[in-house]
Amino acid sequence: MSIRFDNPDRPNSYIGRTVPRPNARRLVEGRGRYVDDIVLPRMLHAVFLRSPYAHARIQSINTEAARAAHGVRGVFTGADLAEHCTPWVAVLAHLKGLKSAPQHPIAVDRATWTGEAVAAVVADTRAQAEEAAALIEVDYEPLQPVTDMRTALDPETPVLHPDLGDNLTFQREHVSGDPAEVMRTAPVIVESRFKTGRHTGVCVEPRSILADYNRSEKQLTVYHSTQAPHMMQVVFAEHLGLPEGAVRVICGDVGGSFGIKVHVYPDEVATATISKILGRPVKFIADRLESFATDIHARDHEIDARMALDEDGRILALDIEDLTGIGPYSVYPRTSAIEGNQVVNLCGGPYDFANYRARTTVVLQNKSPTCQYRAVGHPIAAAVTEGMVDLAAEKLGLDPIEIRRRNLIADDAYPYTSPANMRFEGLSHHKSLNKLVEMMDYPALRAEQAALRENGVYRGIGIASFIELTNPSPFMYGIGGARISAQDGCTVRMDPDGSVVAMSGVTEQGQGTEAMLAQVTAEAVGVPVQRVRVITGDTQTTPYGGGTWASRGAGIGGEAALQAGRALRENILAVAGAMLQCAPETLDIVEGNIVDLGTDTERMPLSELGRVVYFRGDTLPKGLPRELVVTRHYITSDYPFAFTNGIQASYVEVDPETGFVKLLKHWCVEDCGRVINPQLVDEQIRGGIVQGIGGALYEESLYDTEGQLLNANMADYLVPMASEMPDMIIGHVETPTRESELGAKGAGEAGTAGAPAAVMNAINDAIRPLGGRVTSMPMTPERILRSIHHLPE
Amino acid sequence: MSQAAFEQLVDISLTVNGERVEARVPAGRHVVDFLRLDLGLTGAHAGCEHGVCGACTLQIDGEIVRGCLILAAQMDGAEIWTIEGVTDSKEITDLQDNFVERNALQCGFCTPGMIFAARDILTRHQGVPSREDIREHISGNYCRCTGYEAIVDAIETTARARNSEQEAAE
Ligand code: FES
Ligand code: FES
Repeated sequence: MSIRFDNPDRPNSYIGRTVPRPNARRLVEGRGRYVDDIVLPRMLHAVFLRSPYAHARIQSINTEAARAAHGVRGVFTGADLAEHCTPWVAVLAHLKGLKSAPQHPIAVDRATWTGEAVAAVVADTRAQAEEAAALIEVDYEPLQPVTDMRTALDPETPVLHPDLGDNLTFQREHVSGDPAEVMRTAPVIVESRFKTGRHTGVCVEPRSILADYNRSEKQLTVYHSTQAPHMMQVVFAEHLGLPEGAVRVICGDVGGSFGIKVHVYPDEVATATISKILGRPVKFIADRLESFATDIHARDHEIDARMALDEDGRILALDIEDLTGIGPYSVYPRTSAIEGNQVVNLCGGPYDFANYRARTTVVLQNKSPTCQYRAVGHPIAAAVTEGMVDLAAEKLGLDPIEIRRRNLIADDAYPYTSPANMRFEGLSHHKSLNKLVEMMDYPALRAEQAALRENGVYRGIGIASFIELTNPSPFMYGIGGARISAQDGCTVRMDPDGSVVAMSGVTEQGQGTEAMLAQVTAEAVGVPVQRVRVITGDTQTTPYGGGTWASRGAGIGGEAALQAGRALRENILAVAGAMLQCAPETLDIVEGNIVDLGTDTERMPLSELGRVVYFRGDTLPKGLPRELVVTRHYITSDYPFAFTNGIQASYVEVDPETGFVKLLKHWCVEDCGRVINPQLVDEQIRGGIVQGIGGALYEESLYDTEGQLLNANMADYLVPMASEMPDMIIGHVETPTRESELGAKGAGEAGTAGAPAAVMNAINDAIRPLGGRVTSMPMTPERILRSIHHLPE
Repeated sequence: MSQAAFEQLVDISLTVNGERVEARVPAGRHVVDFLRLDLGLTGAHAGCEHGVCGACTLQIDGEIVRGCLILAAQMDGAEIWTIEGVTDSKEITDLQDNFVERNALQCGFCTPGMIFAARDILTRHQGVPSREDIREHISGNYCRCTGYEAIVDAIETTARARNSEQEAAE
């Protein structure tokens, strides 16, 4: 039986409805349980001493005074931990040529970025550990740092890891059609350079881990603020020499992650290693300074782009030259080549054209490592693509809406393969664009803009189409050899009182995974949503799965829950048929009751069935299956990824005197396929937009030429605050994926993917009459003023 | 702080959430750590420990303050309210209901602090504050998840409801 999602009056219609999140109440009452809230007997606190140099040889470390300090239970150097934990090299086989150097939990003889851990202290309290860490003496020999990615490959620049031969960690070029020839002959060519600022995630909850190695059980239990518990289980097991089954990762409440908490961090592995050495629980909570210096950074790119068009404004070719610096190591195990690779995959993504060349060059440098952060590569690709489209529109005298209408892939063109070889099952660019134009009343807004300009008010409207990669298959990591599951499972169980427990391998980071799972399970089984309890984030009890990344929770975890719930429903009905002496096909489950199919006449509550199965099984026919626990798994297989699409618009006012940008309003129409919970999707989009705006206007990790991080605190690193953010209008088009029954694709990154492009185009629309144009992010007042007054950066 | 000063213990006597508390605290311990470590009140969170993020916001002697900036040793005779206390007293149930209803929280880490900032504008402001006023008032509190709009909505809804109740009563 397939569910008629389009009928809102169907029984148990939770899929598609706004249902409050079951865990929200707990959080709003301050009853969350984040890692730092957990206290275990004999627990110690770890603190790390970190390198003040971007690049330095560690000559010697004197830990004597620290060891003698009050409350100290251990001091560890890189060499100490190397005896207990093997190093890792973050490469993936399918990213051809990607190379990186072995990385240890604590630097062994060389520190390679400001903030890399060089020693650890564990003590009874964190304050004691901090005091003792200050007593460690490290004799450094400063080395010349590699900081500027533009010169990282120059022969004069030192090679960061001599064994690698050079500072080039990855390069990929993709060509389709004949872009060179088209560029030579096309009537219209536009070109521009773009820069996106290196920034980071700033989760309000810092990275947190509590590792507890129990020698008597030979088991390591890790309470971890993470997105991928099963991945971390594998990593701890492999590098600490434990069987995977002897490692349990428990992930309770997570205070924001956004991709920051899906990577392997050396200090976290060090914490687990120390726990194993000491046989005691060890907690490490990053402070804010170390968060800025050691959480992964992202988006440090410079891109040269050229676009060729015909006289009618139809795109003929696109040429992209991308350069990115990733820090001293590729980050384990997902690698730091993915972001550049995504830029190659995604540029030009919404548009119908045939000739494409894109190359990414990924280099090493002595700055914090970069890796996947929310919307990986998308904001860069969207900013470049949409910036070029607007530039072309300007050159051709076309309205930004009109040029997009002429070039967006037609809604009936699917399945479609892009010039970057991305396969799209079904997108809705034109429907989304039309909806956006209607929602924002585009003509009226243009009229308002023009009227205000007469009065010297500089407002701008920016449009940005985008695509988003969601529901990844093993093509993302698995084929490259990483033990990262693209499959996910859900176990659904009915208990004697007729309530249901769903256990899933996808995880909750606040986005509402558990609400989504509860809704899907409730509808699939046929019980009120309040009767479903959801368990996530425990490798020992949930089915194996990938966790939270690449917007996979609803599309993959949701489908597994749907299939498991419906299988449980079948099993319940088989028992009900035996109890009621009728064919199971004549029965249904509605709101927790067995009813006659069609008439919905109540036959018995599920609690009665539960009572009989669990306590009076003797009254059922011998041999009647009574399996009220069912597990199902789901993996995407028709397409490597389920692409979604959308379009955003930003309305801004720029003060030409100060360069200050006021965000007046923001719109987004997006298509994530089946919407399971409209409110949760909208709030993912809103949160994502604001995170994108952060990168567009405020956020940048600033370094000097020596590789010193200059703004490693919340006062100097700016993020969006409530008073600066606009209200955001969200609309949807629904093109469900046909690959699953649920039809859901991901929505978690769409906001972040398109927002910087929309804001950039809006600012440029505003300052165009003043002769200004900014393509470097963050677009600070200073950069805007410089562009208006044509001053060099 | 030197080790000796840090280890110095100070006796304090105060009320926390309406309950009398006697404690001996290290001189260097901040209020947020005192609440979390000594009293098990883990609702206040430490997001930055340098007074910027607002996750540790709570109420001391009638004012909302950053629990990471104030030493517990100074709390002798003080009256502290945390998210646990104002939840139990039910005085902000409407605000909390609206946060849940509007999904004005995602990860929830900023939420207890945000609730205190919201509660503050709701009690201080005559009538219904404008959205700009609300945005301004919560601008000392970071939220990386929501984009703020849902929080503004939840506070606005609460203010409207309280205001119409008050008008009805007058
Ligand atoms: S922890 Fe107190 S303001 Fe951030
Ligand atoms: S809900 Fe996550 S920081 Fe606000």
